This record gives sequence, structure tokens and C-alpha cells, in this order.
Amino acid sequence: MDDHTIHCDIVSAEGEIFSGPATMVFVPAEQGEIGIAPRHAPLLTLIKPGEVRVQTAGGEEQFFWVGGGALEIQPKRVTVLADTALRARDVDEAAALEAKRRAEEALAGQIDKIEQAEALAELARAAAQLKLLQKLRKIKG
Amino acid sequence: MPGTKEIRSKISSVKSTQKITKAMEMVAASKMRRAQDRMRMARPYAAKIRQVIGHLTQANPDYKHPFLVERETQNVGIIVVSSDRGLCGALNTNVFKSTLLLMREWQGKGAKVSLALFGNKSVAFFRRLGAPVLATAAGLGDKPTVKDLIGPVKIMLDAYRDGSLDRVFVVHAEFVNTMTQKPLINQLLPVEPVKDDELQEMWDYIYEPSAADILDGVLSRYVESQVYRGVVESVACEMAARMVAMKAASDNAGKLINELQLIYNKARQAAITKELAEIVGGAAAV
Repeated sequence: MDDHTIHCDIVSAEGEIFSGPATMVFVPAEQGEIGIAPRHAPLLTLIKPGEVRVQTAGGEEQFFWVGGGALEIQPKRVTVLADTALRARDVDEAAALEAKRRAEEALAGQIDKIEQAEALAELARAAAQLKLLQKLRKIKG
Repeated sequence: MPGTKEIRSKISSVKSTQKITKAMEMVAASKMRRAQDRMRMARPYAAKIRQVIGHLTQANPDYKHPFLVERETQNVGIIVVSSDRGLCGALNTNVFKSTLLLMREWQGKGAKVSLALFGNKSVAFFRRLGAPVLATAAGLGDKPTVKDLIGPVKIMLDAYRDGSLDRVFVVHAEFVNTMTQKPLINQLLPVEPVKDDELQEMWDYIYEPSAADILDGVLSRYVESQVYRGVVESVACEMAARMVAMKAASDNAGKLINELQLIYNKARQAAITKELAEIVGGAAAV
């Protein structure tokens, strides 16, 4: 790779968004937008929701919207780890509480009904198989 | 003709069962393809974040994040990823079996095991076991999103942070190919160091604003992406296993129909012969 471009990857957990050489990348970091040129010092920071601009080697500019995430810079490489979900402390907290509540509910015996239904279905299936076997035996015998 | 009617109705009922299993097989096949795509889509992110973590563990920050520090293990957390629905062969059973082995291994070392359960099947199975369950996420469907996982994963991360868990694993099915899926145990916390030969010298990042905040954000995302990978891979495995199971079921139904058809033909033939014999016997008597 020559010294005039920096390899830029924008990825999210649910897919790759951009990968290729760039001459300049602008990222909305948590403490303000930063511009990244090739041979930037190693830097690690979080980014906030906003626009990532990539100036490709051909001179055109591409825009990507990211909902936050993390940014890693190596002298020859920029990596934007974009979030797919909107993140906020309260929202995360609520999701955690919800998961916990579900766990308690599941353990409190709501499953019993499902289990009983499953067992009944299994029983019906077994009885039907038995019937068929008996019938077959009668015919063959 | 005694019996022929019953056999006929049995044949038609097996045929309709076969139709259902065939349909399920085809649905599973197309869903598997989509699940595999999603698996592939998740790969670059996992690779990149792994790389970043690799750089992080080689860098020398003055601050050591708890997620990177190995400590004495007294409490183990296991995230179990299973499918929501059955009819997918031995897939879930295999995952549960290796989970139980892992639990026994740590219990043998005197550690207490808590679980986080993903998927209805694991909830139903581990409820009977009586191990403490910290979180569940059921009904994630065929298209799980990272958003659905943040809550339950956060519970595990928080438990690790406040010291009530010292080690966290995830157990899920690994997609080897369409015919083979095997359970995979993956240690999430503490984060195992990743080797990257590209960077050898002593160096460190510039952290903006502070190392603690960023490391926390990046490492949490790393764990989430690992769990997400497990869930997505599990869906692909579920579909593949269901496809294979339903193919076997359709084949068996076909065999059963053939056998029944043979029995039916024999019974019919026997009835005709009997009737003929009766007619001939009757004519001879006259």
C-alpha cells in the first residue's frame, strides 16, 4: 500500500458497509468530528451517531450514516465498528431488566402448560403409532 | 375385503404427513441459505473487532480493564444458545450435552454455575435442572438482531463487572456444513488475548476521552458480537439440521407408503382369490 491512501473499513455486526482505500476519512467522534489522513497516529475512540465521510482514491466522496460505535486508527488502517442498534444507557438498562424478568417468568412455571401440551402431543403420536403397528401385525399375521 | 379400507386411509394419512415434512424440508433449505448469508455478513465485524482487541491486548495502557484480567474462578456464567423450535434432529441435545459437561467440569472444581438461556428449548431444558438462571431471551426468530441480545448480555457483563461471575462462556452450535453441526464452547470473559504479528514494538493508542470508557465500550461490543455470531450460527445450524431431519422423515414416509401399498395389494389379491374360490366351490356343488 502506498503512503497516500489509508485502508478504510466500515463494518457493522450485521454486515460490511465499506472497505477500500481512502485519501481522507471524516468520523464523528465523541469529542467532535475528526479527519483522518494516512499515517495518522494510533487512536481509539467511541463515535456518536452521525455521518462518516470517505474520500476515495478516485477523488469522490462517499457518505455513510452510522448509529454510533467505535473507531480504531492504525497508521495504515481505519476501522469503524458501527452499531446497528441505537445505544443509550437507559435503553440498555431497560433491555437488561426485561431479560431478567423473562427469566423469572419462565422459571415460575409458565412453561408447565407448554410442557404438558408437548407431552400430550407426544402421547397422541405414540398411541397412533401403536395402533398402526397393531393393525399391521393383524394383517400380516 | 376386511382391512383394505383401513390400510387405504393409513396410506393417505402417511402421504399427507409426507407432504408436510417435504414442505418443511424446503422451507428449512431456503431459510438456511438466508441464515448462512447473515452468518457471512457478521464475519467482517467479528474479524475487525477481534483485530482491535488483539491490538488492545498488545498495547500498554496504564489502565487494565477487568474484562482482560484473569482472576480466580469461583462463579462461572454460561450462555446457552438453542433453537426456539424442535424437529431439528439432535442439534439441541448435543448443545445441552456439552453444556452439562462444561457445568460438571467447573462444579468439580468447586465453582458455582449460573446460566443465561437463549431460545425456548434451552429454557425448557435447564429449568428442570435447577441451576440459577440470570437471563433468558426466547423467540428471537429466524432473523435475530444485535438489539435483541444487548439486554441479556448486559446482565452477564454486569455480573462479571461486580464480581458475581469470574468467567463467562457461550455454548452454541457451530455450522461446519449442511450435514454437520457440532457444539462449540467459546470463552467470552476474560477476553483471551489474540495474537497479531503485524505489530511488535511497544506502543499505545491515544485514547479519547479516556481509556476506561473506550475499553469498556469496545470490549462490551466484542462480547456482544461474539454472542450474536453464536446466535446467527445457531439459526443456520437449526435450519440445516431441520432440513436433514425432514428429508429423512420424508424418505421414511415414502418407504412406509411402499410397504403399506404392498400389504394393501396382497390383502386385495387375497380377497379376490377367496371370492373366486367361493364361486368355483359354489359352482362345483351345483
